[in-house]
Amino acid sequence: MREQLALLPRLLTAHLGLSLFALFVGVSISLPLGALAARRPWLAQLAQGAAALIQTVPSLALLALMVPLLGVLGLPSIGFLPAFLALVLYSLLPVLANTISALTTLPAEVMEAARGVGMNDWQQLTRVAVPLALPVIVAGIRTAAVWTVGAATLATPVGADSLGNFIFSGLQTRNPAAVLLGCLAAATLALSLDGLGKLLLSGLQRRKPRRTAFALTAFAALYAYAGVALVSGRQADADAIVVGAKTFTEQYILADLLADRLSRASHRPVRVRSSLGSTVAFDALKTGGIDAYVEYSGTIWATLMQRGTAPADGRQMLDEIRAYLAAQGVSLVAELGFENSYALAMRRAQAEQLRLRSIGDLARAASQLSMGADYEFFARAEWTALERTYGLEFRERRSMDPSLMYQAVAGGAVDVISAFSTDGRIAAEDLVVLEDERGAIPPYAALVLVGRELVAREPAAVAALAALSHALDAEQMRRLNLAVDLEHRPVTAVAHELSERLLGQVR
Amino acid sequence: MVDGLSFDVRDAELLAVVGESGSGKTTALKMLNRLIEPSAGRVYLDGRDAGELPAHLLRRQIGYVFQRVGLFPHLTVAENIAVTPRLLGWGKQRIAERVGELLELVELEPDFAHRFPDSLSGGQAQRVGLARALAASPPLLLLDEPFGALDPLTRDHLQQSLDRLRRKLGLTVMLVTHDASEALLLADRILVLRQGRLIQLDTPSALLSAPASDYVDRLLAAPRRQAQIFDQLASGSARA
Repeated sequence: MREQLALLPRLLTAHLGLSLFALFVGVSISLPLGALAARRPWLAQLAQGAAALIQTVPSLALLALMVPLLGVLGLPSIGFLPAFLALVLYSLLPVLANTISALTTLPAEVMEAARGVGMNDWQQLTRVAVPLALPVIVAGIRTAAVWTVGAATLATPVGADSLGNFIFSGLQTRNPAAVLLGCLAAATLALSLDGLGKLLLSGLQRRKPRRTAFALTAFAALYAYAGVALVSGRQADADAIVVGAKTFTEQYILADLLADRLSRASHRPVRVRSSLGSTVAFDALKTGGIDAYVEYSGTIWATLMQRGTAPADGRQMLDEIRAYLAAQGVSLVAELGFENSYALAMRRAQAEQLRLRSIGDLARAASQLSMGADYEFFARAEWTALERTYGLEFRERRSMDPSLMYQAVAGGAVDVISAFSTDGRIAAEDLVVLEDERGAIPPYAALVLVGRELVAREPAAVAALAALSHALDAEQMRRLNLAVDLEHRPVTAVAHELSERLLGQVR
Repeated sequence: MVDGLSFDVRDAELLAVVGESGSGKTTALKMLNRLIEPSAGRVYLDGRDAGELPAHLLRRQIGYVFQRVGLFPHLTVAENIAVTPRLLGWGKQRIAERVGELLELVELEPDFAHRFPDSLSGGQAQRVGLARALAASPPLLLLDEPFGALDPLTRDHLQQSLDRLRRKLGLTVMLVTHDASEALLLADRILVLRQGRLIQLDTPSALLSAPASDYVDRLLAAPRRQAQIFDQLASGSARA
């Protein structure tokens, strides 16, 4: 917990900055747009329709969509920018809708009086319409603030630091305290901003200059602090080597291991970007958003190269992968020495009762069984290959968070899951892995990938990563995962110990 | 709709405009300060073409009292009254003095200055509305059925206040009303409108003695009958 709390100031600051600046830009767009649209019904319909459409896109998807979009435009596709843009879009609707509705329902007699006493259009807007509409407009901004702070937790998978780091890594490493910390901090931040907004409005409405000044000063201070932190953070990050990690425990451990190695071999600061979305990580490596991460050969083969059944010869497959990566400007510097494949796992007792040992056996019983898998599995080439090769047809298929699958199968909520072969919970929950006797699932060797820039600038650091070649076997990896997932040991500590131990072996 | 309407308001007179609903009374009034822009025709204010000025600048020179009052709910009474002087760029001191004067003129206590419109009665609100219209000492004051929504007693008080005020200040006033009695009581001259056309323009007594048409006669029937009943009541012969 202490380790988590130590991260709080940095992540809270990042979260605050992201939310505040997205909100500022969002309001700067939606407020004048709302004022314009209030007098133009066609524009009101168009703008509100567009904002509502954005709102119907799940916020996680909206953030994730920014990554390929920015990639196409040649802009930095992970980190602050995609999160920022998505949050700006996300904040538009409440302010836009409230501004339009407030300005179109102003009392007609008061607005006629405003014209009648000799105000021009601008004066009517600023001296009468806006003050009268203010409570509703501010309510819209407060709603937008709460939404933005909430949605900013989803910035983590697109590579921007936020309080979501606690939530995503906490869920994966089964650390409910970290999840709770992230949620509480985000809620506190949202409520504080909302409260400040409320204070500002009451200061303006009840003409309490001190209250107004206090709220305005507080906002100004928050913006100044977040701005300075953002700029200095960017400067510090500009020179940093960044290691990426996808959203599961093994990736967190390996990223910390790589980071440990890099910081020993280089004088530059090393940062870890955790909990990146699955394809986000590879795109980021290609475009220089991150410098290194661990990917699995099967994922490259099936998802990135879009190839079908893997060749029986592992060497041949790896050679083709190497050629593909080279064409993308990515270097494969080491095979870590273990595989983490997709594997179909079920309760030992049930497997024995049904006499199932292999996936071929399973195909006979599948129509009576239900299968649970992570979100992407049923859409992946591996599943298609399994279906085709074995003719699998389950009674029911359910997608769920990978961190919940093992409990789900152990508790009997589903009968079969798409497990990861190095996950310590296979043994811990007394599950068995069914043999893929026809080799439908390609091998998933863990590979250290490095981006163009690191290869060019830091040959010594790249050599330090290359030294990790065949440093880990599957049993070791399983134990490391278990140490984090079930023994709740901090990732950094586990990774550091591992690094020390490996260095000791080398010496 | 108003069509082929031509009239002048004389200096320091109160011209009342009467007619049935839809006769174009309010339209005619709003054309004077261009709350409604005339599709054709001209308005002259002190001999100058009112169309030459930007509309909002013209309106600062013409006081306007609205049927539904339309006080600014987020401003105090004093700030409501000060709206036009502030638009005209008066100094703070001058505005404060003027607000004090106006509260007195419309017979409101000075402590009303800091109250907000939602704490005022209908009559008090319309007094503030009148003060707001008079604030910049406009050469012309337009009143759009200003007492229509008030109870009879309050209406009577305000009518008397208006009458005193405009004589004391020598105001030039155009008053739109659907109440012929009000017009007869307050006006120097009455303009009768029907379907946007001028039917008759004359003094109250001339109107009573020589109505130009059945329409005018019909408009005046109610006040006339009321007057007869009051007379009879006063002379004690009503029940005879």
